[in-house]
Amino acid sequence: MSFLPQLVFLIILGAASYILTKRVIFLKRNILLGKAETRNDQPDNRWKTMLLVAFGQKKMFKRLIPAVLHLFIYVGFVVINLEVLEFVLDGLFGSHRLFAPILGSAYTLAMNVFEFLAVAVLLACLVFLIRRNILKVERFQKPEMKGWPAMDGNLILVIECILMAAILTMNATDQILAARGIEHYTLLGTLAFSAPLHGIFDGMSDGTLIFIERFAWWFHIIGILAFAIYVTYSKHLHIFLAFPNTWYTNLKPKGEMANMPEVTNEVNMMLGIPSETSTDPPAEIGRFGAKDINDLSWVNVLNAYSCTECGRCTAECPANLTGKQLSPRKIMMDVRDRAEEVGKSMDAGGPGLEDGKSLLGDYISKEEINACTSCNACVEACPVNIDPLSIILQMRRYVAMEESGSPAQWNAMFQNMETSFSPWKFSPQDRFNWAESVKEEEMK
Amino acid sequence: MSSYTVPTMAEMASKGESPEVLFWVGCAGSFDERYKAVTQAFVKILNKVGVSFAVLGPEETCTGDPARRAGNEFLFQMQAVANIQVMNGYEVKKVVTACPHCFNTIKNEYPALGGNYEVIHHSQFLQQLINEGKVALQGGGEFKGKKITFHDSCYLGRANNVYEAPREVIKALDVELVEMKRCRTKGLCCGAGGAQMFKEPEPGKKDINVERTEEALSTGASAIAVGCPFCLTMMTDGVKNKEKENEVKVYDLAEMIAKDMGI
Repeated sequence: MSFLPQLVFLIILGAASYILTKRVIFLKRNILLGKAETRNDQPDNRWKTMLLVAFGQKKMFKRLIPAVLHLFIYVGFVVINLEVLEFVLDGLFGSHRLFAPILGSAYTLAMNVFEFLAVAVLLACLVFLIRRNILKVERFQKPEMKGWPAMDGNLILVIECILMAAILTMNATDQILAARGIEHYTLLGTLAFSAPLHGIFDGMSDGTLIFIERFAWWFHIIGILAFAIYVTYSKHLHIFLAFPNTWYTNLKPKGEMANMPEVTNEVNMMLGIPSETSTDPPAEIGRFGAKDINDLSWVNVLNAYSCTECGRCTAECPANLTGKQLSPRKIMMDVRDRAEEVGKSMDAGGPGLEDGKSLLGDYISKEEINACTSCNACVEACPVNIDPLSIILQMRRYVAMEESGSPAQWNAMFQNMETSFSPWKFSPQDRFNWAESVKEEEMK
Repeated sequence: MSSYTVPTMAEMASKGESPEVLFWVGCAGSFDERYKAVTQAFVKILNKVGVSFAVLGPEETCTGDPARRAGNEFLFQMQAVANIQVMNGYEVKKVVTACPHCFNTIKNEYPALGGNYEVIHHSQFLQQLINEGKVALQGGGEFKGKKITFHDSCYLGRANNVYEAPREVIKALDVELVEMKRCRTKGLCCGAGGAQMFKEPEPGKKDINVERTEEALSTGASAIAVGCPFCLTMMTDGVKNKEKENEVKVYDLAEMIAKDMGI
């Protein structure tokens, strides 16, 4: 028996692991370009959120058709990956269907489940391709989806179709060979979903079938490893990051904006109020608000890497619906693109963050962030609890406090508030005038 | 018969009294011609029911919400810290307000600056009064049997998960509550939040309030109920834009209850 296939397999597995590890380190470093933030409170609640939203797909079910199709792909992904374990062990030990003798008829049942899921995934991916490219579902046609994002989405679906076809081809040829009594091939019970394919292969010689079976096997396992690497370059990263992303969900009321303690200290000093934290050494004050990714929290950047560009946020955004520039999905894509740009530059010994560019200005315009009504529709819509609003509001803080670059009408509103303690220009003395007519009225 | 009273915290404090609840009026409630009527309606309900309340009157200032949402954290905190000093000075425990923006800010954002109060929106307060039987409704009055739709305001709904209280208040009026397609968690913004109230919208194809008003009108409702001063302005403008102001009225919840009570 030749050890060559095992050696080749080991080399491929090792190379894939090496590349994946490097990619994971790159992604982790990019995410941590964001500022430190501790979000470990309420662990019970966090696990529960992760179980419901990521594992349980709770928010996907706001839209039933894509939810069911996505569920097939998701369950298929999770369950068929159990089979990959056998693939890897077979590859390393030079065995074939290592678990078949151990599991007996349960193995046949498991294979049928895998095959059912393979067919379900295949069909779901085809429907998704149709929705994107023929029905042209509106949220996939927005300007930010032009070019690579559209290609990325299609590539993922096509690759998944091919991988599933490889499983079915492999099982069909494998069982024909087993039925012919060829060595190494184990005859299982009926495999319901690949059996109909036997007609295609029945007339072929043993040699041809062995070639097709082996080809499908290698294609499937190399395909999966290559796909795993591809995912780290793709919006498809949500299959892993959805889990930490939901764990780190903002559990506070959605309407609450995070306080800026560095501002509180100054305000207290101005108002002559003894500050609880004033005895501490002054915290390192960077910028007020966010201009670039390193001004955001690492959770914001994690959000960006978890985004699979489904566009539910943008489809619900009142600004986007009425033709404004703002698209919450684009905000997330921009954060990720900028993190990638900075990360690559750093790895190449380049200027990194000091490249003269910034998230606000080069990627996201003021017009976009100024269009936001802070209505939280995007946050509510996201199936993995991404928070685009947090990023938008941090950028507004930068524009208002570092640049004094807010729209003129907002600056006028600020001035009214400073002088009249109301966003409108009314005299503070008149604030209680509304009560006069009521006080004169007889109570009925 | 006595007339309505609107005690201030300062007046009560000078008599050594303190009310059960502070009614936070807000800037729109104090200055906006249309929303003053809502403030007055709510105060009449409080009087009629005999709730021990007071207002800050001239001592109240903007919560700072629009400044914070527009990015001016300094200005927000200046407003907030000053308000908290006043409220803590009066040892305020409970706050009710008819403005979801004030509600959100005082409830969620003042604690980080030392202001800790029980804060409820007037829809929740009205629901409690109705449930306790303190508000004796006449069964709808001019609204009886009519179709009413409720527009969720973002700062009450998604921001704070208050969806049912305003609906319970409307249902108590013996009306037919009809929902818009986008309601509750999917409610469409009126377009005024996030300080948009204080500037022209960015360039686009349409104004958000028109989009929302079209949806409200499509329900066939004869009135649009709201629980927010900004929504009231935006929806009223939207109805005017559609030239439906003679057929479809926009009301705040407190006005509807006060009308039903005949006050």
